[in-house]
Parts: sequence; structure tokens; C-alpha cells
Amino acid sequence: MPINNGLAALSNNLFLWAIVIYAVAMTCYAIEYAFGVRGLVASAAKSQVHEAAKVPVLIGAGGLDSSLPADASRAAASPARSGAAARWGARAMVLGRAAVLATVIGALCQLGSLIARGISVHRVPWGNMYEFVCVACLVGVTCWLIALSRRPKLRHLGLFVLLPVVLLLGLAGTVLYAKAAPLVPALNSVWLKIHVSAAATSSGIFMFGFVCGVLYLIRQGYDARTVAGREITFPFTIGVRLPSAESLERLTFRVHALAFPLWTFAVIAGSIWAEAAWTSYWSWDPKETWAFISWVVYAAYLHARATAGWRGKKAVAIVILGWGTMMVNLFVINLVQTGLHSYAGVS
Amino acid sequence: MLSKFVAMLSFQLRRLWGQLISMRTALVLLFLLALAAVPGASFPQRDLNDGKVEKYYHDHPTLAPVLNRLWGFEVFTSPWFSAIYLLLFISLTGCLISRMRVHLPPLIMGPPQVPAHLSKLPLHERVETEREPSQVADELQSSLREMRWRRMRRRTDPDGTITLSTERGQLREVGNLIFHFALVVVLVGVALGSLWGWKGGALIVENSQFCNSVQSYDQFTPGRLVSDKSITPFCLTMKNFQARYLSDGQPVNYKADLRYDEGKSAGSSDPRKPYTLQVNHPLRLHGAGVFLINHGFAPILRFTDRYGTTFESPTPFLPRDPKETSEGVVALPDANQDPESDKKQPNVQVAFEGIYVPTAPQFPPFINSEYPTRENEGITLLAYRGDTGLDSGIPRSVYTLDQSKVRSGQLALLGSKFLQPGQSWQLDDGSSVTFVGTKQWMSVEISRDPGRLTALVGAAAMVAGLLISLFIRRRRLFVRLHARGDGTSIELAGLTRADSEAFAAEFRRIVSTVREKTSVTESGEPSGAQTLETVGTTHAD
Ligand code: HEM
Repeated sequence: MPINNGLAALSNNLFLWAIVIYAVAMTCYAIEYAFGVRGLVASAAKSQVHEAAKVPVLIGAGGLDSSLPADASRAAASPARSGAAARWGARAMVLGRAAVLATVIGALCQLGSLIARGISVHRVPWGNMYEFVCVACLVGVTCWLIALSRRPKLRHLGLFVLLPVVLLLGLAGTVLYAKAAPLVPALNSVWLKIHVSAAATSSGIFMFGFVCGVLYLIRQGYDARTVAGREITFPFTIGVRLPSAESLERLTFRVHALAFPLWTFAVIAGSIWAEAAWTSYWSWDPKETWAFISWVVYAAYLHARATAGWRGKKAVAIVILGWGTMMVNLFVINLVQTGLHSYAGVS
Repeated sequence: MLSKFVAMLSFQLRRLWGQLISMRTALVLLFLLALAAVPGASFPQRDLNDGKVEKYYHDHPTLAPVLNRLWGFEVFTSPWFSAIYLLLFISLTGCLISRMRVHLPPLIMGPPQVPAHLSKLPLHERVETEREPSQVADELQSSLREMRWRRMRRRTDPDGTITLSTERGQLREVGNLIFHFALVVVLVGVALGSLWGWKGGALIVENSQFCNSVQSYDQFTPGRLVSDKSITPFCLTMKNFQARYLSDGQPVNYKADLRYDEGKSAGSSDPRKPYTLQVNHPLRLHGAGVFLINHGFAPILRFTDRYGTTFESPTPFLPRDPKETSEGVVALPDANQDPESDKKQPNVQVAFEGIYVPTAPQFPPFINSEYPTRENEGITLLAYRGDTGLDSGIPRSVYTLDQSKVRSGQLALLGSKFLQPGQSWQLDDGSSVTFVGTKQWMSVEISRDPGRLTALVGAAAMVAGLLISLFIRRRRLFVRLHARGDGTSIELAGLTRADSEAFAAEFRRIVSTVREKTSVTESGEPSGAQTLETVGTTHAD
């Protein structure tokens, strides 16, 4: 069947729009963040006057107090806030909502782009690395939106979720881009649908988990510095607006508890496919090997979380390592080395 | 003295064993395993691609031998990689045994006794009622059962205090055990495959027959315990090969029409059963699979030597690019031998180097094909005469000429010519060569892996176990009822290991149900209430 060039072009346009809209959303988040912090500091100063009991941490003013940092964000929402701070806060709120709306529209553009690509070439839209990254990013954003719908307070994470998404999409559109084309025979299999969709979905979830992990580490560092009375420097200054370390840690775990079985399944589906295509279900080709390395690292994370003395900072650090191995697999292996996987389609 | 020594030794061994099966060791070994796999993905591996290893030797002449000594080109069968995963699986087995001892008895025996000090548990609440203990206990038991807390243990102490303990989600530990056990099953599957599996590669030209035996393979890799007899008999012929491409040359589909027979009768007559072999659709036979790997063209040259003897057969050429430009050698070590004489003349052998193009360009040179199917085929031949070196008995590639013979002048280049089907070329000694046409060939890999199914079952169990263990939460609920005045004081406490937040909400629901059912005058215990409140705040966060 011939390729539908009109739809293929539409898909590319929607892809570009998705990036632009995500960038707009990021800007809104960033401004909300900046205003929000200003409002927060102002309100913190106020509440210091009004409520002598609870003194939230002051950024840059050499935080004097070691009260639970969670109080700071709570203070921002407390009725004590008034005047300029409230105005800042209200504007920030509007921007925050606009950011969420933009994120949703961006995700819809991405979805449209994938559907158009799929129809234009009469196959599932995850037949090469470019499409793979698009699917993974869409899943990551969707995860984030689902988490947000359950807990509106997570909105402050938005900027940090979209950052890797926009970076990855940028790379996908430039370095990994492959034009609309049918599949090569080796990829023409039901297992493509199963294996690659599971791998892309779990990669997307892992990406969200990675962001949660990074934010946990920031929040945790912020808390530790606050308690120790040390100066809070970037990136730990971000911590003030984040949910509590405990809830971020739990979120990190939950997200990985979802992604890990799916990744396990993806690797197994891949090896069933490999058996049908290349005779042996496991041949330690570089892509397989890195998938295995990621799997072992994430298993180590789940393990570490249950190991005495590892829970918390050390365990979450493994998550960062895990995402690093996923990135190696995505970029280094596809672009630098080629094994049996004829998937990359980058030339 | 000796007994003391034995005691000490056994103490040390136990300690070592305890360390080996600890979570910390498992963690370290997991890291080591991940780390050890990295060189396997960074350096070319012999099993995967021997050619790349050779190239690595060529590109890094000093580093390659060092890497080789450290098993850098066969990481996954190296002693150090094996050591890590074997240690990990020993640790795993030990861990499984000790954890089965811990987790299976409660599974059979039911929930544990109610602890003495319920107020020490993280979730704790007290409810007062005017009804008497046994009545309340009955009521509680039935409403908890309604809430699907089914495994219940009830005990009445001599002083009339009634305790209830119940738990849910014990399956979590079972799931975890299944997952870890399944890892062992997968490893067993892999081991079965590497001991009793085999694989071989063969190239089959259109209409020629291939029968399964060790000798008929171009290369054959047997598992450690494979004997020639364990190779099942079957025969197959390739009738026709179709490759479809887009107009820009991107392949869309490869199909090979096969006829095959298996079992004892195989080989006694022409194979009959039809099968269409495709990439991703292997032919599954009893005990072996046939997989399509590659395909190409085999030009047919008819050579008539100076004595009038004719040689004609298809010779597979290897594709060099995606447009199927192919290269190969047709060597005729028996050409130009006087039929009247018994003595073999070595220096009159003939060989042709050829570049075959399925679609020749309009203008010369005709050495790069323009499309991968036979639209305008042709072959550029370089004719040589002399000693091909094929009688020396040294095995060498059939796709290239021995260049040392060319350099030393033992094999002399006569000239070159481009031929299309039906065209001939007359050589200086009166012999002639005709390009008759081409046949297609396919290369297949044929393999057997007796551990496949075991590994698959293990893998499926792994996923199932993971899902169970990561999504089921184990939680326990304890209730103590003791008479107080005319009524009963109900003390409830809950315990969970992971995800205390969700359980706190569940616990609150249970407590409020209990309140309703016992319709009460309550005297909330400050500490209990406070616990709930704090947890509640975290939840709202
Ligand atoms: C082949 C290597 C291993 C892998 C890939 C692996 C993987 C995992 C994974 C993914 C989990 C989390 C999922 C779950 O709870 O079921 C887990 C949990 C666990 N593993 Fe392993 N494991 C390995 C070896 C071991 C060994 C040697 C031990 C013994 C020390 C062990 C003990 C445990 C325990 C106790 C848990 C439960 C943690 C909890 O309660 O949350 N594992 N393992």
C-alpha cells in the first residue's frame, strides 16, 4: 500500500506543535515557579511576624529555622498570606493552570501525530527509534497527568517532567528522525506491536519515575541542609516548593513498581520475538545486553528499598543510574554500535 | 579439641552462609552482574559476530590480545561472569530456602497471636461500647468477614479477654517467592539449552535438496552434550524465492517456498509437504526450527574448456549492498585437463572472479546494482588461469580467490568482460564462458533448544510473581476486647510493611464501621486519635 504523504506531513507538523506547546507549558511552569517562590518568601516573612510559632525557611536569607520544611509550602497556602504575596500567588496559580492545559494540548498533538503517522504508513506507529521516543514521551507525560489528576499539589513537578520530555523529543526530531516508511521484513511481526509498545510504555513510566527520583533527592537534600542549618544552594533551592520527601520517595517507588514488571514483560516479549526471527531467544546483542543491565539495575533498586540501611537516598540514587542505562541503550547503542537490531533506522 | 575445632568451623561456615544469603550481598552481586555485562555490550563478541572481533584485532592490535586474555570477546561465557551469576544464584537459592521457612508456616497456620501492647503499633484506636465482649466479637468477626478479612484467629483468655487477629494479602510473600524461584527456573532453561541444544547454518540454492546432518552444515555449533545421533532427520528443498521491495529498494517481504519431509522417511524421495518460509515465521519441525536468515543470487556459468569438456553449475555469490550487488568466485580446478591423459596438470586451472548485478546501470562500470531484483542482470567477470591453490587441501573461503597466488603470478589475470544472460566470452586458448542466468539461494539457521519452554514458563512465572508481589499489600489487624464496667473496651491496631498511607485510610474505615456497628459512646484515646490525624495529613498531602 502506498504511503499517504499528506498524513505523514500532518504527523510531522503535529510533532513540531507538540514540542512548541510543551515549551510554552514549561515557560508557564517556570514563571509560576518563580512567582510562586516570591509569593512564598513574602508570605513566609509575613507569617513570621504574625505567627511566631511556626517560622518557615527563608531562601537566601540564611534560613534560621529547622522547622519541618513542609510547613513552608503549607504557609504559602495559609490564610496568613495577603497583599502583594497573594497577588503574586494568584497570578502564579493562573499560569500554573495554563501550564497544565498546555501540557494536555501538547499531549493531544503528540497523540494526533502518532495516529497520523500510523495511518499514513498502515502500521503501528512505533517502528523505528524516532517513533519509539515519541511513544515513550507521550507515556511519560500521560503518567504525569494521571498523577496530577490524583494529586493536584504535584503541579510543581510539571517543569521537571517536561524538561526531559522536550529534550528527548528534540533529539528524536533531529538525530533519530526517520521518515514515514513501511517496516522492513525483520520487523514485520505481531511481536513488534507487543514488545516495542511494552518497551516504549515502560520507558515512559521509567522516565517519570526518574524525574520523581531526582526531585526526591533534591527535596531530601533540601531537608538535610535545612536541618543542619547549612546554606541552601542550587539545585536544592528548588526543594522548597516540592512535596514532602516521604511522599516523593513513595511516588518514586510506586512508579517503578509499575514500570518494572512491564519492562520485564517487554524484555521477555522481545526474546520470544528474537527466537522467531533470529533462532535464539537471547544472543547478548548490545541492545539486549543493555536492556538486561537496566533490568538488573532496577531490580537492584527494588531490592535496595527493602535492604537495611539502603532505603531513601541510596536506593533512589540507583534509579538515576537505571535511567542512565536506559539512555545509553537509546542513544549510544542505536547510533554508535549496531547489533542485530535493525530497529534504529537511522542513517 | 577436635570437637571445638569442628564447632568453630561450623560456626564460621554458618556465618559465611548467613552473609552470602543476606540482602546486602544480593544487592552487591546484582550490581556486579550489571557491571560485568557492560564490557559484553562494548566489545564485539565472538558468538555474535566473529568478523567484528577480527576487525577489532586489526584496529586495536595492542589492546585486542589483552582483552582476549581477559575473555573480553566472550564475556558471557567467561569465568568471571559465570562466577558472579553462579554466586548470585547460590545466594538466591539459600535465600529462597530460608524465606520459605519463614513465610510458609504462617501461610498454613493462619494469622499470628495478638501482640501484648497494641498501643505500640503504628495504627491504634480504642472504641467503647455498652455491649458485652463475646457479642461484640461475633459482630466484629462477621463484619470483618464482609470486608474480606477472611483469615481470622479468635482466642478467649482465662480472664475473659477476647482477641481477634486477621490478615490479608499474604499472597504478597508468595508472589515474591514465585518470582525468585522463577529466576532459577529460567536459569535451568538456559542451561538445558546450552547443554543439549545445537544450531547450524546452511545455504540452500533453488531446487537443491538439504538433508539434516552435521556434515551438511556450513557451520555447526553443538551444545556440550550433543551427539550426532540426537540430530533429527528431515530434508527440504527450496522451490522458489520471492523478495518484494519498494521503488526505492527498501525490502518489504521475503518468502521462500519450501517442500519438506521429516522423520525416518526423509530423504528417500523428494520432499512433499509445502511451507512458506518467511522472516519471523520459521518452519517448526519436531525438535528443530528452520529460520530464514539471508538470501542472494547464484550465477550459472557454462565453461567449455580447450578440450571441449563443459562445466556448468550455479555458484552462490554474497550480496555486498542492499541493492544486491554480489561478489563471488567460480573456480574450476578440473578445467583444461586432457581427457586422454591421467596426469593432472596444475597450471591450467581456471577461475573467475565476478561481480553480479541484478539490475545493471545503463552505462559502465557495471559494478553497482541499481535495484535488488533481476530487472537487467549482468555479471562482470575477471578470468584467471594457473594454479588456484584449491588442490592444496587448505580450507579457504569459497567467495574469494587466494590473492597470494595472484601476487606470485601462479594465477594470471587474462582479462575482464561484462556478460548478460546468453552472452559468451571466448578466451585466448579457445575455451569459452557463457553467463547462462541465475538461481536464487537462501541461507537458513537450523536450531534446537530443548530449554526454550522451561525458560518461557519461568519467565511467565516471573512476571506473575512480580505483579502479585508488587501490587498486593500485606496487612494485619488485631483486636482485643475486654470487659469494662457493663460494656466492652475494643482496642484495634493495624500493621503493614509497605504503603502505610493507603492502609491508614483503610484502617480508619474499619474503625468507623466498628463504631457504627457497636453504636457507641466513645472515649477516644488521645494518642490513638493523634496518630490517625497525622497520618491523615500526610495522606491529604
Ligand atoms: C537473581 C537475582 C535477583 C533478582 C533479579 C531479584 C529481584 C528482586 C526484585 C525485582 C524484587 C522486588 C519485587 C518483589 O518484592 O518481589 C525483589 C525482592 C526481594 N528479594 Fe530479590 N532478587 C534477586 C536475588 C535475591 C536474593 C539472592 C535474595 C536473598 C537475599 C533476595 C531477596 C529478596 C527479598 C527478601 C525481597 C523482598 C523485598 C521486600 O520485601 O520488599 N533476592 N528481588
